[in-house]
Amino acid sequence: MTDTHQTVSQERIYAPVADTPAGYVREDPAAHPPLHYPGYKSTALRHPREPLVYLPNTISEVTGPALGEVLPVTARDADLLAQHGGDPIGERITVSGRVFDTEGKPLRNTLVEVWQANAAGRYRHRMDRWPAPLDPNFSGAGRCLTDDEGRYRFLTLKPGPYPWGNHYNAWRPAHIHFSLLGRAFAQRLVTQMYFPGDPFFPYDPIFNSVADERARERMIARFSIHDTEPDWAAAYAFDIVLRGPAATIFEQPR
Amino acid sequence: MIFAPTPSQTVGPYFAIGLPWPEGPRVVPEGTPGAITIAGTVYDGAGEPVPDHLIETWQADPEGRFADLHGHGGRSSLPGFRGFARCGAEYGDGGFAIFTVKPGPVPDPAGGLQAPHVAVTVMARGMLNRCVTRIYFADEPVANDNDAALHRVPAHRRHTLLAEPDGDGAYRFDIRLQGDDETVFFSI
Repeated sequence: MTDTHQTVSQERIYAPVADTPAGYVREDPAAHPPLHYPGYKSTALRHPREPLVYLPNTISEVTGPALGEVLPVTARDADLLAQHGGDPIGERITVSGRVFDTEGKPLRNTLVEVWQANAAGRYRHRMDRWPAPLDPNFSGAGRCLTDDEGRYRFLTLKPGPYPWGNHYNAWRPAHIHFSLLGRAFAQRLVTQMYFPGDPFFPYDPIFNSVADERARERMIARFSIHDTEPDWAAAYAFDIVLRGPAATIFEQPR
Repeated sequence: MIFAPTPSQTVGPYFAIGLPWPEGPRVVPEGTPGAITIAGTVYDGAGEPVPDHLIETWQADPEGRFADLHGHGGRSSLPGFRGFARCGAEYGDGGFAIFTVKPGPVPDPAGGLQAPHVAVTVMARGMLNRCVTRIYFADEPVANDNDAALHRVPAHRRHTLLAEPDGDGAYRFDIRLQGDDETVFFSI
């Protein structure tokens, strides 16, 4: 033992608080894309070839940051239509839903971040050079914290599809990027929300990198006439599910 | 399991419009006593720097306490300690740098102690899911020898998880996504 270890007293070896699980269920490989997917060419040099090393969850994986206390999150951050002096051009929509874990527990007070192209399919990013117009009234980024029932809601525009260089005539289906912190390092998720009936689905390797059709459908928002606001905005519903607590910390690798 | 999980997708090339923020790389406020910098470069399988990566880190403070969302283990007493850093390719040359303090040892599930470490998420265009690794410290050889997670790593690969001292208050930690000296990534 090092000197550092000897300075640690037993009173600092904390028991988990009541709602902090000892560990999280392992990622279901069928529910997620592989790191190497030849149809998406950029994965070729950006995936590890060595097998992942199995790591039982420790306190480092079951805890997570309180980023909602660090970043100033205001109501304006969830309204992507009101971040500039005028109205951006496009199809006005609401995107709302709830964040759960796989046990069905709503995740409250967790940060949801989004970013997207404008209605013409152009990102406000210096590397996006395709000749679609930028919109001076649209930045395309937002964030909010979930409420006590795990709900979030954004007001935005439906993004346009756009071409990319992966293969001849490659286009990304319209999508909104979602970033979730969850409650723990183990729950971190970045995904993309798609729109129902997009004609580009069959041709997009990123969407189709998720092999299971039912899993792909979990990335597609549902249009809701019920939530659509008369004379204002079409509503899309998108629930997000992060992995939940494991039944026991003594699980073994598969 | 009641609900099926939402699949991961790549962060793509344009995450910088939404995710990074100016103070993101700061785990501790400027001027914190004992602050260190951990800097490195992310390389792809051809040995080329990856200019569009997103690094996030999560760690305990020097007392082994987390700035946890739910107060797990008691609040850190270090003023302004976030435990979390996010670096979003501001450097454009594949480099990243976080400004932090060296974490203390924390408990492991078997009742022992883990060596000081920082949990790391690596994301990029071309990565359909995140990769998870850990930063350990090369100047903690005894603690590292007793660390249960490092024991799971083949001995000849452990050096890929060690941040090397690189001058006063600075450490270097490069991440190789693929190929020679490929960084060890964990399944958590």
